[in-house]
Amino acid sequence: MRGLPTRPRRAVQEVTSARMQRLGTLYRGREGMWTWVLHRISGVAILFYLFAHVADQALVNVSPEAYDRVMDTYRNPFVGLLELGLAVLIVFHALNGLRIILFDFWSKGIARQRQMLWVQTVLFVLLATPAVVAIGGKVVAELRA
Amino acid sequence: MSVDVPPTPLPRSTASDRRQPRMGKGNFELYAWVFMRVSGVLLVLLVLAHFAIMHVLGGGLDRVNFAFVSGRWANPFWRVYDFAMLTLALLHGGNGLRVIIDDYARTAYRRLVYLSLAATVVGLTWVLGTLTIFAFTPRG
Repeated sequence: MRGLPTRPRRAVQEVTSARMQRLGTLYRGREGMWTWVLHRISGVAILFYLFAHVADQALVNVSPEAYDRVMDTYRNPFVGLLELGLAVLIVFHALNGLRIILFDFWSKGIARQRQMLWVQTVLFVLLATPAVVAIGGKVVAELRA
Repeated sequence: MSVDVPPTPLPRSTASDRRQPRMGKGNFELYAWVFMRVSGVLLVLLVLAHFAIMHVLGGGLDRVNFAFVSGRWANPFWRVYDFAMLTLALLHGGNGLRVIIDDYARTAYRRLVYLSLAATVVGLTWVLGTLTIFAFTPRG
């Protein structure tokens, strides 16, 4: 006998196999699918933001006044919220992309995918918090003024 | 004793569902795959630092105006930095968009239209961004 199987491990395996039967796959409808969906949506959103960002930055070569006038229109709570959304999307896409790279290049990447998602979530909170505090703080201050 | 009826599993994808590679495409998809990973790592560093400097530290966008841009682009380091970020981001994002269009375009004609549109916007953005960075003359 190669060590007695413990009850909790058994139970987990049974739950997992029941879920697999119900869902057909471990992937569909689970974290893996939803992070894939979010990776696509955040990627497209960031790319579309980049098109707009390059267009407004081009105004530095039109005139200093034109650039400053457009920058001034960004100083309001609505654009602040968009800026906050951009920060959250970038941090998610960056960390999720690094996790995808670990699937491909780390031998244990697939086996540890759930643990990696927890690490990713912790890092997401750590990296997103400074941006949320800095940008969100301005939005709140502007709304109160 | 009741007999357990196993639930019907959802259909799985099979080899015939997968898109067949077209002839004469060479190793393009392999290089694109490698590029996404290499550029992805570089962009994490470039973009997070850029975002921290421009949006989070020292008051963020509050202090960004023509004089601020002038000060930064007086240093060639930031011009090269911004150009590298622009180029990698557009190639990375453009390739991502290509993969998504390949997934959802329903006909070859639509696929061609979407891909042409994406390539045009990405290309024009790269030209405009490159001109913005290198044609700029710092003042003030």
